[in-house]
Amino acid sequence: MELPRYHRLRSAFYRLQATRCGACQAIHFPPRRRCLQCGSENPEEVRLSGRGRVLSVTRVYQPARGFSDAVGTLTALIELQEGIRITAQLTDVEPEEVETGQEVEMVVRRLRGDEEQGLIVYGYKFRPVMKGHGAEGRERA
Amino acid sequence: MRDVSIIGVGQTPVGEHWDRSLRELGVEAVRSALADAGLERPQALFAGNMLSGVLCNQENLATLLADFAGFPGVEAIKIEAACASGAAVVRAAQWAVASGAHDLVVAVGIEKMTDLGIDGITAGLATAADADYEAAHGISFTALNALLMRLYMERYGYSRADFAPFVVTAHENGVHNPQAMFRETVTVDDFLNSPMVADPISILDSSPVCDGAAAVVLCSSDRARSFTDRPIKILASATATDTIGLGPRKDPLWFEAAYQSAQRAYRQAGLQPEDIDFFELHDAFTIVSAMSLEAAGFAERGQGVRFALECNIHRHGKLPISTQGGLKARGHPVGASGTYQIVEAVNQLRGQGGANQVEDCRLGMTQSIGGMASVAVTHILGL
Amino acid sequence: MSAHGMLMRTEQPVGIASYGAYVPRWRIRTEAIAACWGWEGKRVPIRAKSVPGPDEDTATMCIEAAQNALRRVAVAPGQIRAVWVGTESKPYAVKPTATVVAEALGLTPFISAADMEFACKAGSEAMQTAMAYVGSGMAPYALAIGMDTAQSRPGDSLEYTAAAGGAAFLFGRAENALAEVEGSLSFVTDTPDFFRHAHRHYPQHGQRFTGEVAYFYHSLEAARGLLKELGREPKDYRWAVFHQPNPKFVRRLAQQLGFSQEQIEPGFLVPVIGNTYAGSSLLGLAAVLDIAEAGDRILFTSYGSGAGSDALSLVVTPRIGPIRAGAPRVRDYLERKKEIGDYGLYLRLMKKIHRE
Repeated sequence: MELPRYHRLRSAFYRLQATRCGACQAIHFPPRRRCLQCGSENPEEVRLSGRGRVLSVTRVYQPARGFSDAVGTLTALIELQEGIRITAQLTDVEPEEVETGQEVEMVVRRLRGDEEQGLIVYGYKFRPVMKGHGAEGRERA
Repeated sequence: MRDVSIIGVGQTPVGEHWDRSLRELGVEAVRSALADAGLERPQALFAGNMLSGVLCNQENLATLLADFAGFPGVEAIKIEAACASGAAVVRAAQWAVASGAHDLVVAVGIEKMTDLGIDGITAGLATAADADYEAAHGISFTALNALLMRLYMERYGYSRADFAPFVVTAHENGVHNPQAMFRETVTVDDFLNSPMVADPISILDSSPVCDGAAAVVLCSSDRARSFTDRPIKILASATATDTIGLGPRKDPLWFEAAYQSAQRAYRQAGLQPEDIDFFELHDAFTIVSAMSLEAAGFAERGQGVRFALECNIHRHGKLPISTQGGLKARGHPVGASGTYQIVEAVNQLRGQGGANQVEDCRLGMTQSIGGMASVAVTHILGL
Repeated sequence: MSAHGMLMRTEQPVGIASYGAYVPRWRIRTEAIAACWGWEGKRVPIRAKSVPGPDEDTATMCIEAAQNALRRVAVAPGQIRAVWVGTESKPYAVKPTATVVAEALGLTPFISAADMEFACKAGSEAMQTAMAYVGSGMAPYALAIGMDTAQSRPGDSLEYTAAAGGAAFLFGRAENALAEVEGSLSFVTDTPDFFRHAHRHYPQHGQRFTGEVAYFYHSLEAARGLLKELGREPKDYRWAVFHQPNPKFVRRLAQQLGFSQEQIEPGFLVPVIGNTYAGSSLLGLAAVLDIAEAGDRILFTSYGSGAGSDALSLVVTPRIGPIRAGAPRVRDYLERKKEIGDYGLYLRLMKKIHRE
């Protein structure tokens, strides 16, 4: 990935940094300046809890260039605790272990395959909630 | 604003054209359409295309085609709307004629996908998604559609086998289209045994990677008869968009862009779904076919698959789709498909559908969809 | 030269305010390694070892261990003024891992950060440094992490034990600590027992030379030196944790120092997951803190090739119970496992083979 682009994306990729509309409190991820609900333009930064549940999942057999290690991996549509949806890779789980409705939590992992040459892209993925992490998650400012 | 008609059409066969370049394909379609209209040159050329830059290192595509088609100097602009580029370019050409800016315009949809390996092509197609929040995460289009297909199957209680009619019908029709990439039938068993690409989407649920170009010539309806005795009128042309990413959608199982685009088209033409004789829909994946039928008002939500199971989409059914093979069997050279749909609709309405002729058709609808249904371009054509 | 007067103590008393561990879920059975290289029938030192998953590296593992530490206590991000990552498997040869960790935890920008290298002792170096930052008043809190995805030459004896994992320790003032630091001692010489050239993938080692003159000499001197300076004996300690290259070395070291098998048991992880290098002694300490009670005294002695040892004496406070409940224990990571017996898959996970 291009260096300046990665630089701009790192808070969203590392911490699920989203925006919350200052007027109507709607949360947006990807972050956006102009609220989709009310049109107001005063976003606040908010860090998502990373907790959610799986709405749908698929196992990928034909990945894009740069994602060669993604063969056999899982992509999911996830509904986060904050009521918004996100698509992301799943990790640390076997395909047969995933069920719709399963509780998941965000972890930071390498997003691409081998990167001997270019930048290593770290970003969010999701895995089944680990024992010891409890049922609650909280929104961090 | 003037009414606009199509006075000439042309297309190349769809396939893996190892020995034909981007410009050769485009020029062939353009010259073929111009010849069909009895014209040497247009006043403007619009090129619809998604991936010429990413896959062929070529932008400024309309300039290139105008040049090599033999008329450098005309107004020429590239139009891009992901996989809907081929229809968006016809929309743009329609504006040019309707507004009076030009009297004779050629719109060519063109795509050359096969110069790269499948991983490069997959990465190229992903540029239609959200680059930072989908493509950068390795989330391909097949994966996004697979997420929808699974969600749809679970919400409405369908199995994979229920999607087979879309594929069987498209391939049946492809047999009789000499321009189609695939000319063989496909059985339900073939479909069920097809290898997975991103489950539940298999190879046979998906349209192929291929090359091709198709073109139409437009002029104002009041002059159309001086070029051809079978002009086809553009009764409606409408585009709508949705959020680019799947995450922020209100309901992932509803194609709002396709719905709005169809609604606008019906309003422009003063028509209802019941009036449409055939529908060239965007069958890139079987799930898209199902949800397109619903969004365009031909089936209730969740009933798109049932509509197809009840034999309505067959050539002699209530609403034939993919009449010349569709994206599935004729092929899906992504930025060109929308134009192929329009060329095929024109041929149907002219009575030149060949063995796939839809009997007594007077009104045809085409809908081309880009990205994860984030943009949709609908046309209604009639005699 | 004796250890007299060599005890290291901060001006302000410091302690461990929180801690967090991480071990990846993949395990390779060592019998698969043995089978490939024709070692069947030979006794392997351990049954299985931990392996990083395809999307993991030292940075991602540090982030989770550190997040576990931060989950256990409520510390305002602006209070953590340093983060050090000790490792010998940096994702980049040049570009700090610690800044990725700091950014992922939301601790930037007013923070010191760097990666440290001292083979398997890099994690405890980070601990010493964190203690100094806090004890001098430079930082209310400082984070020290020891973590590795240890790489080993295919077919070499170390391939049976080189593993992945580690732990993070948040140091703060003693009044907030779950374990106070009574003092520490570092013992370092230039000893060439194990090394890796900059542009080589795999290390070289001195085989039997890595024992007596390296691991045992430095661990013994550091531990004995610390005990003497503090006026303590092994029986004063409830627990002891050492660097763990293999089970045999650890047992022998404990015995030579005068510690029983019971004292080393909770922190004795190498038989289960292998040697996590810069994470080894730290992960062992985390496992001890998972079960320790108020008043327990812990002797911690690391070892790193090159060579040296850091010894710490800790005493657990009543704060430990409530604090440790907030995140997974080492045991939770050990129990979470996906075991493979496919040496080819292992090679791919360790990136010893990859698509060009």
